[in-house]
Amino acid sequence: MKLLRAQLGSELRVLLRNGEQLLLIVGIPVLLLTFFSLVDLLPTGDSASVDFLLPGIIALAVMSTAMVSLGIATGFERSYNVLKRLGATPLGIPRLILAKALSVVVIEIGQLVLLIGVAISLGASTASVNLATTLLAVVVGTLVFSGIGLTLAGQLRGEVNLAAQNGVYLVLLLLGGIMFPLAELPGALQTVARSLPSGALADVLRESITGTGVAPGSSWTILLVWVVVAQVSAARLFRWS
Amino acid sequence: MILPAPHTKPIAVEVEGLTVRHGSTVAVDNVSFTARSGRVTAIVGPNGAGKTSTIEVCEGFSRATSGSVRVLGLDPQKQRSQLNRRIGVMLQDGGIYPTARVGELIRHYCTLFGNQRSSTELLDLVGLNHVVDTTYRRLSGGEKQRLSLALALANNPEVIFLDEPTSGIDVHGRDLIRGIIQQLRDRGCCVIVATHELDEAERFADDIIVFHQSKIVASGTLDDLRAGHEEIRFRTNVSIEIASLAQHLGFNVRMVDRERYIIDGTSNPEVIVALTGWAKDHGVSIVDVAAGSRRLDDVFRQLTGGAQQ
Repeated sequence: MKLLRAQLGSELRVLLRNGEQLLLIVGIPVLLLTFFSLVDLLPTGDSASVDFLLPGIIALAVMSTAMVSLGIATGFERSYNVLKRLGATPLGIPRLILAKALSVVVIEIGQLVLLIGVAISLGASTASVNLATTLLAVVVGTLVFSGIGLTLAGQLRGEVNLAAQNGVYLVLLLLGGIMFPLAELPGALQTVARSLPSGALADVLRESITGTGVAPGSSWTILLVWVVVAQVSAARLFRWS
Repeated sequence: MILPAPHTKPIAVEVEGLTVRHGSTVAVDNVSFTARSGRVTAIVGPNGAGKTSTIEVCEGFSRATSGSVRVLGLDPQKQRSQLNRRIGVMLQDGGIYPTARVGELIRHYCTLFGNQRSSTELLDLVGLNHVVDTTYRRLSGGEKQRLSLALALANNPEVIFLDEPTSGIDVHGRDLIRGIIQQLRDRGCCVIVATHELDEAERFADDIIVFHQSKIVASGTLDDLRAGHEEIRFRTNVSIEIASLAQHLGFNVRMVDRERYIIDGTSNPEVIVALTGWAKDHGVSIVDVAAGSRRLDDVFRQLTGGAQQ
C-alpha cells in the first residue's frame, strides 16, 4: 500500500507539473464549456447551450485525461526508460498500472467537480441528472480511451506518439457530437461518427445528464465493443521499453 | 586483518553459455563468466560488443535466447521481484523523467526500497545537496550520472550493475564515482561495470572481461591480461631509424606517434641503457622514457586486431 501511494503521488506530481497537460485536461474543457455557453454560436435549438455542451465536454475531459494525457506521459516514460528503471524496483508492474489508473481517476473526479460547478454557475439544469449512470459512463469511457492511449504509447516513440495522440484527439473531438449535434454532419460522416467512442460516450452522458440522448442503447453497445477492442489492443501491443 | 584471496570470495553472478539474439542479430554469443562479491568486475569492449545486452539479462530486463544466468543464486527472470530488492541498477541513459526533481526522486526511490537508506545520506554521498530542488533536465551530465548512481544505491545492494557510469563526466565527477565504487567493493558488494573506457576500467577494476563482436576474447585480473606485455615507451627530439634501433636492441620497435616509440616485450633496465647508448651514438636525445606493463587499451588492440574503441 505504501509503494502504491508513493507511486500515485509521483504520477500526480509529474502530471500536475506539466503545463501542457494541465491545459489539456483542465484549460481546454473549461474554456470550451464557458465560451460556447456564453456565446450563442451552436445549433442547439431551443435548449440552452450549456445543457447541450456539458455531457460532451465531460466526454472530452475523459478523453483528454484517460487517452491523451496518460498516453503522452506513458509514451515519454517509455522513451526516457522511466518504466524500465522502475522495473528494477520492488514496485512491480501491477502496482505501476494501478497507480497510473488511480491517477486518472483522481484527475477525472477533479474534472467532474470542476466542470459541473462551472456548468451550474452558467445556468445548467441538474434536475434530471442520473449520477450512477453518469459515473458508469465515465468509467467505461476511461477504459476505452486509456486502452487507445496506451496502445499508441506502446507502439510509437516520444514525439510521434505525441502527434498521434493529439491527432486522434482532434478527430474524436470534431466527430464526437461534443461541440455540435451529430445530425449536423453529412450522411456518411454521421454514420462513421456514431461508431466512434467519443460520440457514443457523449450520447450516453447526454442521456444520463439531460435525458436527451439520441440512441443511448446502441451507444452503450458501441462503447462496450470499444472497451474490448481498446483493452485487448493495449494488452497485446503495449511494450515497456 | 587478513583479507580472503580473491578466488575465495563468494560468486555473486554466474553466467553460463549465454546467447542473446535480437531477431537475426546475435548480440551475445555463448558467453560464460563469474563475478564475485567484494570485487569490481569490468565488462569492457567497444560500443555494440554485447556488454549492455549481457548485463540486461543479469538485471532481468531481457531474456536469454539460450544459456543460464544466476544472480545471488536467483533466476533474474523467474525470481525478479526477490532480486530487485537486492540488486542496484544504473542504466546507461538514466531512466529518469526530465521534470522530476532531484530530492523528491531520491526520496521516492528510498520509499520504493523500504527506506533502507535515507535520502539525505544518498544526497550527501553523491554530492547533490546543492541541486535538491532542480529538475533532472537542468542537471549537468555529471550530476545526471551521480543522480542515477544514487538511485541504484537506494537499497544498499549486494550486487550493483553500472552501465557506463563515468561516460561524459568531468574529472571531479569521475573521482567521486570511483570513490563510491571503492566503498561498495570494501563493504563486500559485487560491482559490475560495463564500460568502453578502458583507462577507467584500468583504474578501478579487479577483474576484467573483454568483449569483442559479441564474444569474450579475454578475462582475468589486470595483471593476468597484461602478463607478457611489458614494454618501454620513449620520446625523442628527432625521428629515428627504427630498423637500426631494433637490430641494436634485439627487440621489436614501433612508432606510435611522431617521435614517440615503443619497444615491445621488455621492461629490462639493461635495454634502456642500450637505448640511451644507441641514441648517444646517433646524436639523438631521449626526451622521456618509461618502462612497465602495457596499458589495457594496447592489450585490447592486440586481442582484437586493432579494433576501434
